[in-house]
Amino acid sequence: MQLIQLIIDGVASGCIYGLVALGFVLIYKATETINFAQGDILMLGAFVAFSLIGVLGMDYILGFALTVVIIAVFGFFLDAVVIRQIIGQPPFATVMLTIGIGFILRGFASIFWGTDIFSFSTPFSGKITEFNGLIISYVNLSIIIGTAILVSVLYLFFTFSRIGVAMRASSENQLAAYYMGIPVKFIFSLIWSISAATAAIAGVLLAPITLVDTSISLIGLKAFAAAVLGGFGSIPGAIVGGIIIGIVEQLCGTYENYLFGGIREISAYLVLILTLIIYPRGLFSDKAEVKKV
Amino acid sequence: MRFIFKTNYAQDINIARHSGDRLWYSLLIILMLTMPLLIDDFYLGEISYVCILAIAGIGLMILSGYTGLASLGHAAFLGIGAYTHAFLLTNGIPFFASIPIVIIVSFMVGALIGIPILRLTGMYLAIATLALCFIAEHVFIKWEHFTGGNRGMPVPQPEIMGMSFYDSATFYYVCLAFLILSMFAAINILRSPTGRAFVAIRDSEIAAQSLGVNLGLYKALSFAISGAFTGLAGALLAHYIGYLAPDIFNIFLSLTLLLLIVVGGMGSLHGTVFGAIFVGYLPQLIAICRDYLPNSIGSQPGLEPMLFGLILVLFILYEPLGIYGRWVKIKLFFQLFPTYKKQTFKKQKVFTKSDRV
Repeated sequence: MQLIQLIIDGVASGCIYGLVALGFVLIYKATETINFAQGDILMLGAFVAFSLIGVLGMDYILGFALTVVIIAVFGFFLDAVVIRQIIGQPPFATVMLTIGIGFILRGFASIFWGTDIFSFSTPFSGKITEFNGLIISYVNLSIIIGTAILVSVLYLFFTFSRIGVAMRASSENQLAAYYMGIPVKFIFSLIWSISAATAAIAGVLLAPITLVDTSISLIGLKAFAAAVLGGFGSIPGAIVGGIIIGIVEQLCGTYENYLFGGIREISAYLVLILTLIIYPRGLFSDKAEVKKV
Repeated sequence: MRFIFKTNYAQDINIARHSGDRLWYSLLIILMLTMPLLIDDFYLGEISYVCILAIAGIGLMILSGYTGLASLGHAAFLGIGAYTHAFLLTNGIPFFASIPIVIIVSFMVGALIGIPILRLTGMYLAIATLALCFIAEHVFIKWEHFTGGNRGMPVPQPEIMGMSFYDSATFYYVCLAFLILSMFAAINILRSPTGRAFVAIRDSEIAAQSLGVNLGLYKALSFAISGAFTGLAGALLAHYIGYLAPDIFNIFLSLTLLLLIVVGGMGSLHGTVFGAIFVGYLPQLIAICRDYLPNSIGSQPGLEPMLFGLILVLFILYEPLGIYGRWVKIKLFFQLFPTYKKQTFKKQKVFTKSDRV
């Protein structure tokens, strides 16, 4: 029973990793760049939500929606104004650029909001439900359900909507998509905005658990493990990878004494390295194999 | 503008290209050697620190600037170098025996990590080294027998020919000597077939492979050589800090090294020195910024990462070749005066490249 309880907690935190990893994957599939600032966008989302809900006293749902819109617009212009300038440069430039942006966001947040730890009340705070002796907090439930809804919406969007299909086309083959009359640049900015919005949703859902401060941007780094495990480039892979990482982390934390001390904090990174060494294509890769040299 | 007419083959392998180079570099070395007479101990310590940073910068420059691979985990190598060195000195190994062991250990660690991961193309190395950085920091905390854990570990200060490392002039000369040696080593590696292979990999992996460069081997070699230089810097850094604690070697230090090579100028060894000077004096620069900004912003702790990020972004966007690139442009302006054209350094229009084949 304890094991199931741990798995449920793991799934909840894993969903957050999955959502952040989803952001990586969307951008990677489209533009072949990796956004190292994803975790910082998550942090920004949590801070904006705190300002709207905690400070201005907005309704939770309204504040949540507004946060997502604000961050999505931010993501759109981040690509349109900054990232686009270095298209075609070696990958190193993108890595450095997004890391730099991450630092700017973190610095901005700690100047604007200060370095205190904030929390704001949500409809889920402090409530739990019991089911067959399992204790599930509403916060965890909200994360799991929120992720499920978001993933379904994204699935429908990419499968049926015109613009979603255009996005898939542009990430499949830019040039062909361009010849078909798809505004590729606009589509790429839109993908950045969707990815930023996913991070913002993850940030707001996470806020009741970890509270809001600048250190939550580190989640972005753990989410790399989720993305790699899922096979960078697969949307279901990102979520499943995230959930596996979440469960592994919970189990490592509980059975720490049998393994070695403090393994919990680095378990995600260990999984990442092991995946790269043993099975680099990941669980759900759509590519036949990761190119090896 | 100076044209070099080559009259014999020996000229091709000269390190100094012409008499002007020899003059200026000799003057620079004389200036550096007389430095302890000119300035007082505090500033001498600062310059030693810049030398250490430059050695670490050479390491990362070989990997990122010349082989085109991004590493976010070089703080781990600094840490490995520092702890190995401190451990060896504590166990009574003399300084000059310890340094080669440190270099070999960092080289081996780099090769061990590099071989499995570098076989993957694309951005995987950056992600894997990021993970490596966290794991290494954790190992430094937990492996108490070797590192002293969170309590930290004092670094013995040895004596060389009767002069103690506590004397900042002695330490300065040691750092300077290692910087000059590393510089020569790096120059020689980079103009050997190995170095040419690195540059070929950076410019086009497919072309390099077609010319018979074994990509996996050379990437791992680059990572290992880079690790060796950084490990050496770590050993010297251990003396500079004096007391090792695991949290020194965190991700922020890795990013500082990346900032160093970006600001200095990617793909140039001059750039490592410029970058090291910049990064070494960055804290003072930030302190000056604090004075000029209004108190409500100036006193915030977040200012440092923000400026850090801002400098990084501005350099990547507007001066991708860093300080050295700017210096080359200024030099050319005067050499060609008055016929300098702005278009000479115009960024070529580039398009998205794909890893997917």
